[in-house]
Parts: sequence; structure tokens; C-alpha cells
Amino acid sequence: MEFAELIKTPRVDGVVLHRPFMPTVEGTLCLTGHHLILSSRQDNTEELWLLHANIDSIEKRFVGSLGTIIVKCKDLRVIQLDIPGMEECLNIASSIEALSTLDSVSLMYPFFYRPLFEVIEDGWQLFVPEEAFKDLESMTDEWRLSEVNKDFSVCPSYPSLLTVPKDIDDESLCKAASFRHGGRFPVLSYYHKKNGMVMMRAAQPLTGTNGRRCKEDEKLINATLCAGKRGYIIDTRTIAVAQQAKARGGGFEQEANYPQWRRIHKAIERSNVLQESLIKLVESCNDQSHSMDRWLSKLEASNWQSNVKEILTTACLAAQCIDREGASVLVHGTEGTDSTLQVTSLAQIILDPSCRTIRGFEALIEREWLQAGHPFQQRCAQSAYSNGKPRSEAPVFLLFLDCVWQILRQFPCSFQFNENFLIMLFEHTYASQFSTFLGNSVAERVKLLLSQKTVSLWSWVNRPQELERFLNPLYEPNNLVIWPSVAPQSLQLWEGVFLRWNRSTKCLDEAYQEMVHIIEYNKELQNKVNSLRRQLAQLETEDSPLQTP
Amino acid sequence: MEHIRTPKVEQVKLLDRFSNKSVIGTLHLTATHLIFVESNSTSAQEIWILHHHIASVEKLSLTTSGCPLLIQCRNFRLVHFVIPRERDCHDIYSSLLRLLRPVSYDELYAFSYNPKQNDQQREEGWQLIDLAAEFERMGVPCDQWQLTDVNREYKVCETYPRDLYVPITASKPIIVGSSKFRSKGRFPVLTYFYQEKKAAVCRCSQPLSGFSARCLEDEHMLQAISKSNHNSRYIYVMDTRPKLNALANRAAGKGYENEDNYSNIRFQFVGIENIHVMRGSLQKLLEVVGTRSLSMTDYLVGLENSGWLRHIKAIMDAAIFLAKAVTVEGASVLVHCSDGWDRTAQVCALGSLLMDPYYRTIKGFMVLIEKDWISFGHKFADRCDQLDPDPKEVSPIFTQFLECVWQLTEQFPQAFEFSEWFLIQIHEHVHSCQFGNFLGNSQRQREVLQLKERTYSLWAHLLSEKQNYLNPVYSPSFAESHPVLEPSTQACHFKFWRNMYHQYDRSMHPRQSILKQVLTFKESNRELEGTVQALKTKLQKFGVSTSPLKEDAPASTDGERTVEGSSATENGYGELTGSFGSKNEPAVVTLEFGVARMTC
Repeated sequence: MEFAELIKTPRVDGVVLHRPFMPTVEGTLCLTGHHLILSSRQDNTEELWLLHANIDSIEKRFVGSLGTIIVKCKDLRVIQLDIPGMEECLNIASSIEALSTLDSVSLMYPFFYRPLFEVIEDGWQLFVPEEAFKDLESMTDEWRLSEVNKDFSVCPSYPSLLTVPKDIDDESLCKAASFRHGGRFPVLSYYHKKNGMVMMRAAQPLTGTNGRRCKEDEKLINATLCAGKRGYIIDTRTIAVAQQAKARGGGFEQEANYPQWRRIHKAIERSNVLQESLIKLVESCNDQSHSMDRWLSKLEASNWQSNVKEILTTACLAAQCIDREGASVLVHGTEGTDSTLQVTSLAQIILDPSCRTIRGFEALIEREWLQAGHPFQQRCAQSAYSNGKPRSEAPVFLLFLDCVWQILRQFPCSFQFNENFLIMLFEHTYASQFSTFLGNSVAERVKLLLSQKTVSLWSWVNRPQELERFLNPLYEPNNLVIWPSVAPQSLQLWEGVFLRWNRSTKCLDEAYQEMVHIIEYNKELQNKVNSLRRQLAQLETEDSPLQTP
Repeated sequence: MEHIRTPKVEQVKLLDRFSNKSVIGTLHLTATHLIFVESNSTSAQEIWILHHHIASVEKLSLTTSGCPLLIQCRNFRLVHFVIPRERDCHDIYSSLLRLLRPVSYDELYAFSYNPKQNDQQREEGWQLIDLAAEFERMGVPCDQWQLTDVNREYKVCETYPRDLYVPITASKPIIVGSSKFRSKGRFPVLTYFYQEKKAAVCRCSQPLSGFSARCLEDEHMLQAISKSNHNSRYIYVMDTRPKLNALANRAAGKGYENEDNYSNIRFQFVGIENIHVMRGSLQKLLEVVGTRSLSMTDYLVGLENSGWLRHIKAIMDAAIFLAKAVTVEGASVLVHCSDGWDRTAQVCALGSLLMDPYYRTIKGFMVLIEKDWISFGHKFADRCDQLDPDPKEVSPIFTQFLECVWQLTEQFPQAFEFSEWFLIQIHEHVHSCQFGNFLGNSQRQREVLQLKERTYSLWAHLLSEKQNYLNPVYSPSFAESHPVLEPSTQACHFKFWRNMYHQYDRSMHPRQSILKQVLTFKESNRELEGTVQALKTKLQKFGVSTSPLKEDAPASTDGERTVEGSSATENGYGELTGSFGSKNEPAVVTLEFGVARMTC
């Protein structure tokens, strides 16, 4: 298919662009295969380059022959284009609609994007399971790397290499896989160096209504317990939801079959509910009414903050079991690709200082989200402004980022990255020139030949020029476990994402810059003092006060 | 001290408000403080509670572990003791009941507090803030405004200060006539002068208009205010009450200005609720946020139902209206409510702060409070429950003002010289009765009490520890680019002020404080600049000309700093709490610059 077929009018002059808290720009609007471009053709005026993939929905309005298109983006920005001429406006609108809803992955921008920078460190090679396993091997010899899923046949959503208990052979793994939803048998998620406890993740067991059991599954997870120790199973669903799952062949671990495990149910919402929550939240944030009661009741009704609190609480619970109770933990929900990953990844941020560095956080996203098979493409196909009925869209990853932001707020000196890093990740999961978040699993990404044909987000982010924006000037490595407060008074609405476009951030940005300046000046002064001291010491030892250097 | 029956009780348990944690310690009762000293010698935290800070003491029914005593403080601290023997508990309880209800001003802490300063220092402290100088700074007296001596003996209005500024065309008979037509004699006077447009902010109380009464002198008075400003043909009269309340007041012979009788006024209601609504609102807010294991839904619903943020926004909206009228339209504004000492003080003070960068500095903020709150007779003694109170007079009016300022600091982080700890510390001392500034209800009463001779000034104390209250990212040049602040009034930009209402609930605070960290850097920068200078001087003795900054190779800047982990059990994530014994946690950083450190 040619993009040209979809572009009914490639160019319109005299278009006026309105953006919140920015001056209006008049210029020429151009449509290309992947971008909407507005250029004033004057020097010093900012151009707008908008990826079609970033467009969530559009609205048209007409006043006489002047048409207006409201463009609502997946990054939650809303912009307005005034287009002279009814026909041009209709043409532009339908072209945008067609171009922003392309179904085929291979037509996505990352397949056409050519980087203008030299790739020094290839992001595709940065986080390979073998490397992570080497780290593990240096701490324990209880685990092995299994190739049982090398052709993705045992579990299509798992990567080809998986870390499993040393004593469990591949045949048992296959049997355990057949007992778990989507073949997602329990695998290692995190090893807590401090006390040797582990966190595993899986999908729900397929016990069904008649209480099926699987000896291999029981053996597999028991193999992770030290002699005489008990473990915790954290089921991210309420007991009622877990009960209902039995009717559809799913279920939960029966005490009788897993006597060494204590099961705890939490109440993290399923993905379709989360999408609804996001839509309502964004709607209330964009509400222009200034009524306090209306704002608070809409914020409450969106349930977003409740979701943040529940996810964070569950992650803290998992971390508490591991670090405080010295017990191993198995986390699962239904499919094991959404709430499970929220919990396991957040628990690691709480427990493991290395996850709070930029590289460590990237590795965490690779391990616990990309390789663990979170279906990014499905979840991020649409955002808060989509008109259509949601299919499998859900802000699962955005909620994870929100929770990380909450911890960052409470421990502002313990993270190497700043809020901008999290916002950047949010943007790239929904629309990007890089392909890191394309596809729903490792298997799909391999099939798409992403690593050969496209550029990884990490190849770009990790360049020193880019990283600078994302570094937290207050960072000082903190080797402790960090326990956030989950009281509602301690959790805040993530303004950087949800109120980003309906306030002027100038004052806040300048204050941030001032803080950065104070800290940088401190380093400068330190250096100056050190060098002067050296100079002085040298002169004193030379003991020749009249000699100039 | 005669009221203290049991000065010391041992083996007292202090329960944490939001978790299942508790510590054992000794309780001491002194003439001024209730002190809890933790027995565990390694951490040995001490809690000092000033009797004046205690709002209520409650003795709960006996349990197996002892007799619970619940103490609620005006600075939003809540402590829950369990005292092993009921007799001791009862003694402490009844002593406290007596101690927290002083019957005369002489019993207030300010009269016994002695910071070891001599009389001269004390006097200097009181001279720090000079309101005459402040009016001079605004450009008053001038060709349109003059100082009147009509209230020199507090004869016209006993709740006003002696020195008042009025239009030059307002003669004494007009002033006296106008004052007779205003509640409590509070006639229109100048509180802020916007020099750039010669526009005035005036304040007064409601007119005694009833359904039809009028007063020519009062009409003249408003006319005189209007005439003094050539930039605008009209003045705004802002009645800060909801219209319904103002209407109801008419039946009592009070009310609001009839636009037909006053030429060239633009009358406007702004709808801030009265002291009783505000008291109830805070009560509800505290109930909600004091709930253990509060769910997000209950929190947000409770926040909404309390109406607290709605009231804060109403005050802010009114102040913005005032600032716009003055700075954009160049119109003078007359502000009143009923008596003109609550809502009027809030709106005038906050409006001035929006218009004038001086009030956003530490010294300027003190001046602002001294002017619009203290001198104009905000009834601190009644509102803050200082002495044998009438519960119906208590209301968090001043707290709301401080909160509005905090909301502004959140929107304009570089506009204020001070941080929120300054606001919190002022709040602390409005209730502590440790300094003389806020005692009593009016200037006149303060003179009778001889506060300047017998007590110390808070402002001197705060200035002496100014370092703690600085905002490290404050930018004086911000005032030049933003002389007038234009805050957003969208509801979503108003936030719950956790550090005020949960100041003492450590588990809720961020575990690391950006503010503290950046302050440390700033302090260190100052020291390093000194060191650089000293080193350069030394080098010059060697005959070396020193190089400018920024040419040296980076060196290690690692400084050891303790980091904080806080505890899992403290936060109560659910299920596990209580099922396993809690362990010792790494200490949590103290964020409270604001804790009142009292000297006995």
C-alpha cells in the first residue's frame, strides 16, 4: 500500500495552530506518510512535527468556510488547527484519520525511520538474558537457564531463555506450563542478594472447577523454598475474582496442594477497568470548570489514585515478604502479563538499588515488561481520547510509571533519573520512531526482525547528549530498601503527565533549573577548592615563595 | 505549681497514630509543658507539648494495658498515651484540664518565657516591624492620603490601631459619622496603596444599613476614597460574604451598601463563608485525614465533603479579583465582611501579597501580618482559643491565610524568600502564646497588657533562625518579571497541605527532602566561596595570580550522607502487619525544621 493513496491533500497554506500556553502559529500544513507538519516557514519559529501514531482521535468543526480540527494526542495533549476551506479541512481530517489508525505493524514509522545520529551502543544488545544470568550465577548456583522455550512453543509470550530452579528439568517445565494460563509457568523474576529469597512470577494455575493439580508445578515452586521455610503466593485478584476464574478453567493454588505456601489476595483491577479509569481521569483533568467539588468528585470517580495506591501497596507487600519476613514469593494474577508485572517490577525498585539507576531501570523494563511479554502493542494502541470501544487497550505500564513517580517523589535523592525520564518512556510506549515497544512479545519482535530493521529506544536514550535531560541532580546512591508511604495523603496526582498541558510550567521549570544550577555550582566550587589546595600544597613543599609557576 | 498533682509517670506507652507501633517512656508534667521521654536509650526521642498547644484532652475507658489518654493539639499533633495506673492517668488528666485553660493573661507562657535577652534586645525585637515605615514605603502620606489622629485614644474605634490613613478630603466629622454607620465603628481606612496606579485598597466593616438606612458621611467617605484616585471613575466595594448572609444581616440592622445611594461604586459579593462554617470544615478535614487505613476513595470524598479546599479557593479567588481590579483596572477597592476582621483580613492581606513582591520576602511577610492581621484587630485571642474561650469564636481564619500563601508557593516556587517551614512555624507560634505578638484581640488590649515590656517578639526570634526558613530557589529577579502574581484558579491546582496537617506524622512525609538537600548545597556554596577566597589570598602571598573558576579537572565530590530507608511495618501495607514482630528500623530523617523548640 502506498501512503500517497491515503493522503488526499498533502498541503494547505494559511493554517493556524493553537496550542495551550503557547503562541499561535500560522503556516503551511503538510501531511507525510508518518507526520503532520506545520511550518511557519520563518526562522526562529518552532515547527510542529506530530507522528500520526500519536494521534488518538480528532474532531471537526465548521464555522462558515473555516474548518477546525481538534487533534487529541496519545500523550494527552490537545491541539487545534484552523484550516481555511471546507474541502481542505475534510480532506485533511480523513487523511489523518486513515493514517493514524493503520493496522499493519510493518507500516509503522520505526520501519521507515533512519537515525540522524550514529548508533554507538546498540540498544538491542544491551540487555540479553545471558548477561542477567551471569550476575545471578555470581550470587547463587541454585538456578539454571533453560532453553525449553527456544522456539516459543511452550509459552508464546515468554522469551526463549528462562531462569528456573536447577533441579527442575525441561520435561517438568513443559508439564507445569500446561497447568498455567498461556503456558506461563513459574520463572525467576528477582533474587534478593541480602537473604537469598526470590520472587517468581507466573500466570494463574488451571485448576478449573474440579480442582486439578499438577505435581510438577508444585515441585517447581517448592524447589525455590529453603528447607523448612514457607513462602507467600500473592494473587493480584480478590478471592471472589479468583473463584470466578475457576469456571473458565483458571483458578488459584489450593492450600492442600501447596501446604508450604500462604496465599494472599489483593485487588488490582483488570486492564479493561484501568482503561476506563484513565479516560475518566483525563476527562476530569481537562474539565475547564473551576468548581472544587466537581474536580474532587470526578477525580475520585475516576479511581485512578485508588489504582495507584492498590498497586503500590501490593508491591510493598511483596517486598515486605521478601526483605522483612525472609520468605520467597510467587506473584500472579490471571494472565500474568499485566498486574503481575506491575507488582514484580515495583517490588524490585523498592528492594534493589540498581533498579534505581538509569541502566538498571532500562534493564528492569526489558526483563520485567518487554521480555516478560507485556502486550505493549495491544495495550498502547489507543490512549485516553479514543472514541471507539476499547479492545485490549489499558494503561498498565503508565500506572507502573505513575507508581515509580510516587516513589521518586518520596525518595527524591535515591534515583539516578528524574521525572522527565518517566514521561519520555510514557510517550514512547504510545508513539515512537523507535521500535522497542512494538509487538506484544519477544516472539513477535523476533518475527518482525526489529533488531535488524529498526532502531532501539535505548540506542538513542543512552547517548550522553540525551541522557543529560534525564539525570537527577540530587542523586546519591542509596543502598537501602526504600519503603514508600501508601497513605492517600502521601500519594499525589502525577501532574507532570495529567496536568502537563493545562498549565504553564514555566515557573516550575525555571525553579528546577535554579536547583540544578545550585548543585552544579557546588561541584564547580569543590573543584576549585581542590585545585587551589593542590597548588598551595605544591608551593609549600617547594618552599620557594618567590618563584612563580 | 499547685495544679500539678503527679509530675512524673513511668512506663507510659505512646501509640503511633497510624500504625501498630508503640514506644515506652516517661511522662513529665511541668508548669508549661507535657514531656514524653522515650526509655529506649539509643533513639530516645522526646516529645515536648506546650500546654497552650493542647486543644483537648480525652480520657478513654480503661483497657487491660492501662488507661488511654488522647491529646489533640492545635498544631494538628495527636498523641495517644496509655498510662498503666488509672489514678496517674486521672491526675495527669485533671491537671491538664486546668493547665490548658488559663484564666488570666498572666498565666500565658509569654509572660514567663525568658530567652535570656536583656531589655535592650527585647526592645530592639519589638522595633523590627514599623508600620509607619511600611506606609511610607507604599508612598503614604501623599497628596491624596494622610495620617489621621482621630483614633489616637481609641475613641472612634477601639479595635483599630491608633494610626490610620484616610483620604485628605475626609474630614473628621465625615470619619466620625461614617464610623457610627459601620459595625464596631470600623470605618473605611487605607490598608494598601498601589503606587503605580495610585489605587488604594481600603477596609472596613459592614454598613448599618438595614433595609433602608443611609448615612451621608459614609457616602462622602466612599466618595472621598473614589476621588483620591484619578485613574478610575468608580471604586469596587467587595463584600466578601455570600449574598445570603449579607441579606440576613439586614434584618439585624446591618447589611451592605445600596448602589443607588453611593455614586460610582461597583458592588460585588465574593462568597467566602463565615467563621462557623470554616471551623466545621477544618473539623471535618481533620477527622478524615486522621482516619487509620484510610482508603483513597474515603480520602477524596472526605476532602470534598469537608469543603476545605473549596473555601481556600474562594479566598484565593477573592484576592485575585482584588489584585486584578487594582493592578489592571487601576481602581480602588473597599473590602469588608461583617466585622471586617476575618474575611476582610484574609482578602486584603492575600491581595496585597499578590500585588507587591515585598510581602513575599521574610521581612515583608512579617510586616503584612503585623499590618492586616495584628494591627487591624483580627481577634487572635478568640480565634485561636488563647484564654477561657468561647468555642463559637474559635476559627482557623489565619490558618487559611497561611495555606493560601502555601498554595501560591507551590505555583510560584521562586517568588517567595521563605519556604513552607516559615509558614508552619508562624502557625505554631500563633497558638503557642510563647511570644507577645499574637496575644489579645486588638492593639489597645496589647497596650493594656504591656506586651512590649513584658514579653518578647516572635519576629526577632524567627529572624534569628532565618537560615531554617529560606527558600533555596528564591529569585529576587522573579519579582521584576512577575511583580503581580497571577495564579491559576483551576481546582486541580489546589492541593492538600500535608506538611501542615500532618506535620508530626512522620510516616506520611517524603523520606528525603529536596528542600533540605538544596538548602545544604546552598549553604555549602557559601562556605566554599569563602574557602576559595581564603585560598586565593594565601596563594597571592606566594605571588601567584589566581585563575578564574571552571578550568580544573573534576575531582571527587563524594560526601557521606546518611540515607533513609524508613520502615515497612510503619506504613501498614496490610495482611502482614502484626503477624510478625516489628524490627528496628533505620532512623527516618527529621523533616521538621518547624518543630517548636521550647525553652522551659
